[in-house]
Amino acid sequence: MFPAEQTCCGQLHLNSGYRDDAAALARRFVEVFGEYDAIVSPSSSCVGTVRELYPQLVPEAARVGARVFELSELLVNELGVDDVGAYFPHRVTYHPTCHSLRVTRVGDAPLRLLRKVRGLELVELPAADECCGFGGTFAVKNADTSIAMLADKCASIVSTGASVCSAVDGSCLLHIGGGLERQGTEVRALHLAEILASTEDA
Amino acid sequence: MTDFPAAARVELANGQLRANLHHATQTIRAKRAGVVAELPDWEELREAGRGIKADVLARLDEYLVQFESAAQAAGAQVHWARDAAEANAIVVEVARDHGVSEVVKMKSLTTDEIHLNDALAAAGISALETDFAELILQLDGDWSSHILVPAIHRNRTEIRDLFARTIADGPLTDDPSELAEAARVYLREKFLGARMGVSGANFGVAETGTICIVESEGNGRMCTTLPPVLVSILGIEKLVPSFADLEVFLQLLPRSSTGERMNPYTSLWTGVTPGDGPQEMHIVLLDAGRTRVLADEVGRVALHCIRCSACLNVCPVYTRTGGHAYGSVYPGPIGAILTPQLIGVDQAPSLPYASTLCGACYEVCPVKIDIPAVLLHLRSKVVEHKGATPERLAMRAMGWVFGSARRLRFAQRLGRVAQRPLVRGGSIRRLPGPLAGWTQGRTMRPVARESFRRWWSRRP
Ligand code: SF4
Repeated sequence: MFPAEQTCCGQLHLNSGYRDDAAALARRFVEVFGEYDAIVSPSSSCVGTVRELYPQLVPEAARVGARVFELSELLVNELGVDDVGAYFPHRVTYHPTCHSLRVTRVGDAPLRLLRKVRGLELVELPAADECCGFGGTFAVKNADTSIAMLADKCASIVSTGASVCSAVDGSCLLHIGGGLERQGTEVRALHLAEILASTEDA
Repeated sequence: MTDFPAAARVELANGQLRANLHHATQTIRAKRAGVVAELPDWEELREAGRGIKADVLARLDEYLVQFESAAQAAGAQVHWARDAAEANAIVVEVARDHGVSEVVKMKSLTTDEIHLNDALAAAGISALETDFAELILQLDGDWSSHILVPAIHRNRTEIRDLFARTIADGPLTDDPSELAEAARVYLREKFLGARMGVSGANFGVAETGTICIVESEGNGRMCTTLPPVLVSILGIEKLVPSFADLEVFLQLLPRSSTGERMNPYTSLWTGVTPGDGPQEMHIVLLDAGRTRVLADEVGRVALHCIRCSACLNVCPVYTRTGGHAYGSVYPGPIGAILTPQLIGVDQAPSLPYASTLCGACYEVCPVKIDIPAVLLHLRSKVVEHKGATPERLAMRAMGWVFGSARRLRFAQRLGRVAQRPLVRGGSIRRLPGPLAGWTQGRTMRPVARESFRRWWSRRP
């Protein structure tokens, strides 16, 4: 099901200090998603916001929040699936985003999925647990520091010889992909879901 | 107060600084990780540390009075200072009473916080820093950029040149042991002649009135035992209830800070002991904004901090900008939550935003301070304080758009049209206005031609 009324979880508002606006969106989330048994999102930081931070804004969100899962969590931990039958013949490195690592705590679920993708060669990313420098409005407010962090992340990615860097947060990928492109590398930033959706005939 | 983004820009341009910092923090990080992994009960220790500190803050009024009477009973004179000026005046007065014109100091963040050296200098009293790194900074007119390793931004060659210019009486190589020896020779004379010592404190034991300091070099022990008069300045949050509580912190602190199982020197003293050590002992209990922090139920956890500096060493922002960008003696993640609370968020509104909220600090903090949560809390205070700003307006507008799926669909359509002049070859290389920071080092993906929402609705 895709409830058409859904919009945004309000992470940007919350992380920037606009609690009231975030609380309004949290209440809206509860209205839109309240009746579902399991809610899945491809963005670990949004999951973290809903599951870990909403309850401090609106207590009634705790009940719904507990049923929200990041995609790899849902597949591996909840459904027990680690092979989705994907085919992706490329050298891939995986960047564990900070929120997936320390807030949502998806553990090794994304890696287990990637290891089962046919044709895919998974290479380890040096200093993987180091932040890429995105940080929401940080990327703009502290652009210089953000870009310094990004430069180091891109260098790590390029050092692996991978042609694709994957992660479970679209926003970090937008930032990393933008950096890789600006530096003139051929490495692409792809969401885990995009890799899992690749098949032999497509 | 300096604006973090602007100050960071200056520091980031210093390649030597970044190389020094990267090397030093990576080394300490690895050492810390090694000794922390050794302890099977590390998480329990952290929880115990957190619990003890929470209890101290909840009953601080009782513990302070208990500490005062225990210290007095042991022969110490206890002073209360509401702010930096009061604390400094007390130290100046003690020095004047004894006709002292030079004091020896051990490394102390608290005395840096209140700018004690400047206050002493204004009263014609010179304060000599005796910690190796602090000495370096003092000789060069520089200031600390790290809680534990104040001269982390300097390397050996820079230090050799400095010593050759100042304290050394012969030629010098950049061999660390030779540099240390040069400082030792210089300081020994000073220690032997010193008539007054000044220290901070790592812990104060409420039950016994004992002060505890931990250090690596032994200069602190010299400062606290050789001169006949000693003044120790203690932030009121530094108390622990009982002697037994030190057991927890003396495990947490060295492993988190220097990555050692135990630090080389741990000194504990209680008041005055006739015939041994200083015969006149003063303790200054310093508030300087701490009660204001305590009044904030969310923010007060910042007072749990035992100044181990682990959060600095893992912070992706600190390890690139260094400490000076934070414009305070407390840099890095702890500085980002402590400084704005001590001096008021309106005085340091950019600090709560000097973080990506990556959470690495929380993960290593030995007393489990949820730094990202406090950052969020302080950000909302900054927003409250600033009132109506263009950002406020933009956030409101976005909130309004997200308040209805129809409005969101419309905004996406609008975005697709508005971006047309910006898209070149499938990506955006330059964004206008406040978003220009993004394209400073990244291209931008344009809004997709078809939204997920539409794709979903037209599936067969
Ligand atoms: S906040 Fe925690 S990690 Fe940082 S210096 Fe203080 S005690 Fe150490």
